[in-house]
Amino acid sequence: MSKSMLSLTVNGRTRDDVVPDNMLLVDYLREVVGATGTKVGCDGGECGACTVIVDGKARHACLTLAVSCNGKAVETVESLERNGRMSALQRAFNEKLGAQCGFCTPGMIMASEALLRHTPNPNDDDIRRELAANICRCTGYVKIIESVHAAVAETSAKEAAE
Amino acid sequence: MNDMGPVQTIGVPTPLVDGPEKVTGRAMFAADYCVADSLVGRILRSPVAHAKVKKVDVSKAREIPGVKAVLTGEDCNQTFGVLPIAQNEYPLAKYRVRYRGEPIAAVAAVDVATAQKALDAITFEYEELPAYFTAEEARAEDAIDLHEERPGNIERDVHYDLGDVEDGFAKADLVMEEEYQCAEIAQVQSEPHATYAEYDTQRDKLTVWPSTQVPFYVHLMLERTLEMEKSRIRVIKPQLGGGFGCRTETLNVELICAMLARAAGGRVGLVVSREETFITHRGRPETAVKMKIGMRADGKLLAAQSECVQRGGGYSGYGIVTILYAGSMLYGIYDIEAIKFDGYRVLTNMPPPGAMRGHGTVNMRFAFEDLMDRMATKLGLDPFAVRRANLLKAPTFTFNDLMVNSYGLDECLDWVEEASGWKDRKGKLPPGKGLGMACSHYVSGASKPKHWTGEPHATVNLKVDFDGSVTLLTGAAEIGQGSSTMATQCVAEVLGVDMGRVHTISSDSAITPKDNGSYSSRVTYMVGNAAVDAANNLKNVLTEAAARKLEVPPDQVECLGEVYRAGTQDEGLTFDEVVMEALRDTGTITVKGTFTTLPESQGGKKYRGAAIGGTMAFSYAAQVVEVTVDPDTAEISVDKVWVAHDCGKALNPLSVEGQVQGSVWMGMGQAMTEGTRYHDGLGITGNMLDYRVPTIVESPPIEVKIVEAEDPHGPFGAKEAGEGSLSGFLPALTAAVADAIGVRAADLPLTPDVLLKLMEDKARADKKAAAQDSAEVA
Ligand code: FES
Ligand code: FES
Repeated sequence: MSKSMLSLTVNGRTRDDVVPDNMLLVDYLREVVGATGTKVGCDGGECGACTVIVDGKARHACLTLAVSCNGKAVETVESLERNGRMSALQRAFNEKLGAQCGFCTPGMIMASEALLRHTPNPNDDDIRRELAANICRCTGYVKIIESVHAAVAETSAKEAAE
Repeated sequence: MNDMGPVQTIGVPTPLVDGPEKVTGRAMFAADYCVADSLVGRILRSPVAHAKVKKVDVSKAREIPGVKAVLTGEDCNQTFGVLPIAQNEYPLAKYRVRYRGEPIAAVAAVDVATAQKALDAITFEYEELPAYFTAEEARAEDAIDLHEERPGNIERDVHYDLGDVEDGFAKADLVMEEEYQCAEIAQVQSEPHATYAEYDTQRDKLTVWPSTQVPFYVHLMLERTLEMEKSRIRVIKPQLGGGFGCRTETLNVELICAMLARAAGGRVGLVVSREETFITHRGRPETAVKMKIGMRADGKLLAAQSECVQRGGGYSGYGIVTILYAGSMLYGIYDIEAIKFDGYRVLTNMPPPGAMRGHGTVNMRFAFEDLMDRMATKLGLDPFAVRRANLLKAPTFTFNDLMVNSYGLDECLDWVEEASGWKDRKGKLPPGKGLGMACSHYVSGASKPKHWTGEPHATVNLKVDFDGSVTLLTGAAEIGQGSSTMATQCVAEVLGVDMGRVHTISSDSAITPKDNGSYSSRVTYMVGNAAVDAANNLKNVLTEAAARKLEVPPDQVECLGEVYRAGTQDEGLTFDEVVMEALRDTGTITVKGTFTTLPESQGGKKYRGAAIGGTMAFSYAAQVVEVTVDPDTAEISVDKVWVAHDCGKALNPLSVEGQVQGSVWMGMGQAMTEGTRYHDGLGITGNMLDYRVPTIVESPPIEVKIVEAEDPHGPFGAKEAGEGSLSGFLPALTAAVADAIGVRAADLPLTPDVLLKLMEDKARADKKAAAQDSAEVA
């Protein structure tokens, strides 16, 4: 398998790696970068556990070749904390029990993050549409929807206070 | 200082103690341990469903550079299995393969490509045997036996005939009978099976990180199949991506990974695919139920008779227990004496089912409740009235000797009836819309464990040291259900301290006390009680130390959590001061708490296997489901679910809600979309697109009411919350669909094509009847 140079940013850090052309982004993140927060829950494109953000858009890292991210910005769940503090979405998923076993959670949170970037005030249908490709087997999704709303409420309360 | 009091944690909605790790990506699941320089494990699986193993030739595979270990059935001489009476499975098939996809060889290599190359180089010679893919084929007269010790391929048959069933039917105003068919269901927990194992050749020690709900059972099976001293094995349960029962027994993945690590003398990660996770299976068996009920005109149940046939797989797994639960749990929810049950668990050449959430009870409850609803309609009774005519009165023992000390079903019924607007809306919804209801129940752990050793059912250790923190050591397997949080709450509550003082460490055989694991909803009841007991013991130690220091008798010491004092005028001692005093004589404090079930809760002896079903407490649930059915496409949308669940005292209402929502929703998947399919024993739904788990798009709002019929022996009165409301969804759905469009389904899942056929049949029948009517008139 031929290899290529991959230059990109992962969670804000510039990296240059030589990777096989057939390497999946999810394997690159987990095995080369060592960022194991992104999960693999299926054999390709079925579950959404591997959802990351590439250039601002939610992508299945298991359906994306690492080399196709050359020159792009990749963000994973590990990027969301700021100065050791969890993001509003992370806090909401924790406090509202949007995560039970937590295996779907990194993908679920990254898909929600992508949603809130383009739709800062989503209704239930917006959330359902954007998270349609993310399977959760624990929660029945009820508390996931609540978590996204809670994150929005916290963020807007904070903005109002500022 | 006078207004200070113990911190309260029980009954307070509490985020999970391990939540931050999960939302930040720091939680370590088994696959996350497979560091870059560990070997890659891979499994070669049988291409045939039933065959004699003639030769597995691995000589070429062994020669490939980078291949560090290759194993076949010849490398293991011991069987495994969760039930001591049914251990008939080899980690790698030895003499026979009995289902398609059964492991026949395994390799460990430096990378995925090399491991794959090694698998490709293995040849498998076999002599094919007739294979049976349905219970009927396997039970046929001329079928050969899958296992010599199970003649006729009957894994287990169960029969009881309690009370006077014939008399009940004779006295009944209405007797109805129906046949039900439920598809096989898979857990589809979000994390595929994975194990990481490390063999230390210097010390001859093995450490295993398996994705399991039962680390203790894995430990026992590692000892058995690897023929290693159990003291040289350490099992550490990593974070678990769900289980729902498929991981309540040791799986071949775990054993094979450990065998590979030992053979390679190093570290091996074995992460199987989603398809292999489906093949490993241990889901809910395909089930055929015949149900007959006799009812009085006022709705009172007089007798029931039922036959249940479960299609097992090539190996036993939990099968015997599953068919026993199917029978015993006909009792425990309603006041009924006369029941006859005949159950058959059949061995077939399919991947083995196991103990899925609601173990053994779900398909039976579906049939029972659905038939009750049909009978209510026929008798012109409200389905709520029918349930109310049959309520138990706690404390009591059921006719098959199950102990019931707390019972909140009446309150559950009241709430869902009210919240759903049943009285005003039932029968008055626009065409295509309908309401249905049903009830369900489940055990809070099996009172008689399958490994009966005489030990307590649960043990919890607490350690307190110079830093004033309390370390809680529990074997309870945290699988996402919140057991670590529950145990932490119990200890913090008894001591009256902030949960932040308590560090909880779970499931590491070198550190934590043994626990049977997370299954049959046993953990809150049993481990919770052990945690309470341990905390009380610790509190005694601390109180005595405080008494010494304060120079008063212990019974005059008041514990305010963070302060121990003698009377309200006393400034008292801080928690740290009390701990230092307690440490003075003994050094580090370790205390223990245990829990043992009451003998009278351990089920009856009226028939063989009657102990199954015996539990310290039952949870109860009632739910109302509202649906809309599209008249053209027969698509069902569930608009809303109202569910009330009696879990006794809700230790953590947030978790209870989450568990109940998850259960109801999982019932919805089974009722509407899920079901495995096979072609000649080859799974054709081994992915999450063909096996349809509901997505967020079709998942309804689920409103939960927690009913707290406190159990006299539960920790703070608590009972189970994670399984009991699952099965009620199925019959509530079929009832709602019947209400919406007048069509009754008996087979699940009720997919649009199945429903469309039923609707067309009905339309044809209606037309025919109308034609006959007009002919008669003419
Ligand atoms: S891992 Fe399942 S969609 Fe990517
Ligand atoms: S929290 Fe377990 S799969 Fe979503």
